[in-house]
Amino acid sequence: MAPSESIVLNARALERTLSRMADEIVEKNDGTDDLVLVGIQRRGVQVAARLAAVIKEREGVGVMRGALDITLYRDDLQTVGPRPVVGRTDIPVAIEGKHIIIVDDVLFTGRTVRAALNELADFGRPARVSLAVVVDRGGRELPIQPDVVGKLIDAPKDARVDVFVTELDGRDEVVLLQGPGA
Amino acid sequence: MRDLLLKGGRVVDPSTGIDRVGDVLIREGKIESAGDSIAAPDNAEVVDCSGRIVSPGFIDVHCHLREPGREDVETIASGARAAAAGGITAVCAMPNTDPVTDNQAAVGFVLKQGRAADAARVYPIGAISIGQKGERLAEFGEMVGAGAVAVSDDGKPVVSSQLMRTALEYARAFNIPVADHCEDPTLAAGGAMNEGVVSARLGLRGIPSEAEEIMAIRDILLARRTGGHVHLCHMSTKGSVELIRWGKDRGIRVTAEACPHHLSLTEDMVEGYNTNAKMNPPLRTLADVEAVREAVRDGTIDVIATDHAPHHMDEKQSGFADAPNGIIGLETCLAVNITWLVKPGILSIATLIDRMACAPAKIFGLPGGTFKRGAIGDVTVFDATREWVVDPAGFKTKGRNTPYGGQTLTGRATCTVVGGTVVFHEA
Amino acid sequence: MTAPLGKDLLGLERLSAEQISLILDTAEPLKEISERTIKKVPTLRGATIVNLFFEASTRTRISFEFAEKRMSADTVNVAAATSSVTKGETLVDTARNLEAMKIDMVVIRHPSSGAAQFLADRIDSNVINAGDGTHEHPTQGLLDLLTLRERWGTLAAKRVCICGDVLHSRVARSNIWGLKKLGAEVAVCGPRSLLPGAITELGVHVFDRIEQAIEWADALNILRLQLERMTGGYIPSLREYNRVFGVTRERLDRAQRDILILHPGPMNRGVEIDSDVADGPHSVILDQVTNGVAIRMAVLYLLAGNSPRLADAAKGG
Repeated sequence: MAPSESIVLNARALERTLSRMADEIVEKNDGTDDLVLVGIQRRGVQVAARLAAVIKEREGVGVMRGALDITLYRDDLQTVGPRPVVGRTDIPVAIEGKHIIIVDDVLFTGRTVRAALNELADFGRPARVSLAVVVDRGGRELPIQPDVVGKLIDAPKDARVDVFVTELDGRDEVVLLQGPGA
Repeated sequence: MRDLLLKGGRVVDPSTGIDRVGDVLIREGKIESAGDSIAAPDNAEVVDCSGRIVSPGFIDVHCHLREPGREDVETIASGARAAAAGGITAVCAMPNTDPVTDNQAAVGFVLKQGRAADAARVYPIGAISIGQKGERLAEFGEMVGAGAVAVSDDGKPVVSSQLMRTALEYARAFNIPVADHCEDPTLAAGGAMNEGVVSARLGLRGIPSEAEEIMAIRDILLARRTGGHVHLCHMSTKGSVELIRWGKDRGIRVTAEACPHHLSLTEDMVEGYNTNAKMNPPLRTLADVEAVREAVRDGTIDVIATDHAPHHMDEKQSGFADAPNGIIGLETCLAVNITWLVKPGILSIATLIDRMACAPAKIFGLPGGTFKRGAIGDVTVFDATREWVVDPAGFKTKGRNTPYGGQTLTGRATCTVVGGTVVFHEA
Repeated sequence: MTAPLGKDLLGLERLSAEQISLILDTAEPLKEISERTIKKVPTLRGATIVNLFFEASTRTRISFEFAEKRMSADTVNVAAATSSVTKGETLVDTARNLEAMKIDMVVIRHPSSGAAQFLADRIDSNVINAGDGTHEHPTQGLLDLLTLRERWGTLAAKRVCICGDVLHSRVARSNIWGLKKLGAEVAVCGPRSLLPGAITELGVHVFDRIEQAIEWADALNILRLQLERMTGGYIPSLREYNRVFGVTRERLDRAQRDILILHPGPMNRGVEIDSDVADGPHSVILDQVTNGVAIRMAVLYLLAGNSPRLADAAKGG
């Protein structure tokens, strides 16, 4: 039996959500000074780019961006083995004194964010770190909460939430998959 | 001594041309009759051989029994029992023991231990040179007088052509073969396997076939010069076979042996650094194997001999280059020959028996190898169709170093008779 | 995909093109870690790795050690030339002792071809071959591939000539397999006394003269000429070797195109390679060294998590 699929956000809704998130980020930072958007590989990187584009449009300022691949900071290497592909980590600026916004597509257990925080610490000591996610699906296993949320849903533990972005997937959409095989 | 009647088997003796279902009667340790069906004499011990082949006892002209010196890996007794279990009624023990069998006392020791074993007969081979050092001739006359049947420095080649020449000349007085391990030591230096594509891939130093062939032709030419009888041990290459053929065509007194492993396995067996596939000469290519098989068929190679070489498991459990050369063979010889030579139709049963029994007796001047009336009562009874899985743990030899472990082979000795006494009978 | 490479890395001959590409793809992003202020990721925290070197080696051992430390593994170096091994302990006993100490990985360098496989067959830990006799040196082969791929983007249809003592070279064998699997054309060049007779059966071209190799190749991987080859009688003299087979500026200048120069080190300047070539604009020898650490990190990472004991421990914990 195939899992049942329901659309959480369609392309237009996702666009609106990202615009609102961008506004919130600028508002929380009180402007764009010292703001660095750091996307988590893979889709967090594209989301960060979208957010930066919106900010550029609204504020006329290009915010700094970076990418983090947390593969090497995962805590489940010994149980599930290595992920076949390690992505690129690219922090182009010194992060001391900056306000880092960690950007990811979906927030679930919090373990990815934990890994990202650890990795970020190896690059220096930012003034502040915040978290922005497109979807918070609940189910946290660590004391981690987002500062900016696009959409809050309460998905069961065995469900899957996929964020699709045109750059990688050819379409913009957020989908909830439930049932066997999800 | 009770008569022994081997009843109802297919009696095959190429030396007399017998090949029919019948009986073999042994009286007072000697062949009384072979081939005819006869009623069991009173009080005779009768062995039912129906469905079996009854052959003159197999003679292995080349094995290493390690005693004296390495009784931990084999003794003359354990080797003789292993031979009997493999259907071999007599073995020739190579002299590369510690100390070397290079004098009449040492020859006498081997004979004494062999008799005490109460299994296969053990014929000593004396060394060509004192201590097998390749320098001074050992006392051939004294050793032959004590019971040696041939001389050899096997394990090592006779490097000096002059010494080989002298040995061939000197051996003529005693009418014994000089058996040589053909290996040019400078070409073979450091080699661990056949030189070829597998050695290139595995990064192992190779032994080129020329290392064997150069010495083979040298020995053949020296036999021509001296009129001596040279016996070339464990021939493994296509080139060697051609050289022997060349020598025989010219009437040179050259005989040769091949080993079951060189008739069945190729260098590919070394893959994975399998030290049980390491021996000297090494396993060669398929073209070599095919040429050597053909030579056994057409008689260019006279006999099949095991080169049985037990080693301690710890010694074989090491890096490939560091592991010692050699594999055990007494208990797999018959089955390997049937599996790779008889079953594919390369050798008939009669030809196999000639190469394992008649020819060895003839070229080493040993008793046996025939069912002529009055010949010694050495007989091998075997089942040529029996399939069995090789389990080295069950062997009588102390050695476990075989490349055939776990393989299913066809053909097995069921009863071995030495001098009219059953020394092995399958459980 | 929990065991992309299997339990061990013993050689490139048995790896698929996909596995080799995976290692290179994994190594590329790892290079960035060595650029950080804190050159360390926590990936292999708690894993114990023994560097078991039965042969003197400075550069490979250091490279492995950096890779291990940058991945946060705990490492122990055993220079077995001075250990119990020379006192008659067999490789089997060494293996059993290591196993009893509950280690996770062994990096082994041994003068005997097949030694890494011998160990891998007998212990549960992951085994990485850091050079076994004249068989393979897979991480060196991989770092050479990464270095070339970085320069060219792809190895397909590129021509690489391995120059020198191929007969005794584990680097040559790993290079031949790796390059061919990734689609490059491979040749060897050197005195025939230092080439295996059956070398063409491995699917490579042979050049008798270095000038021909230079005319043909896009890259030369110049092997170290062990000085004992002269005393071993394979070549008459180092002087003549340089005159006939040495890669010199003058010879390279005659080439129609730019030829990348690789050397696994340590170099005998003035023998197989001249200094102005080694230090010249087309030399990628130092890139090889940098890439070596990343390749070894990638291999450690891809083998980790595939150790049965670690997996059990994680389940239990």
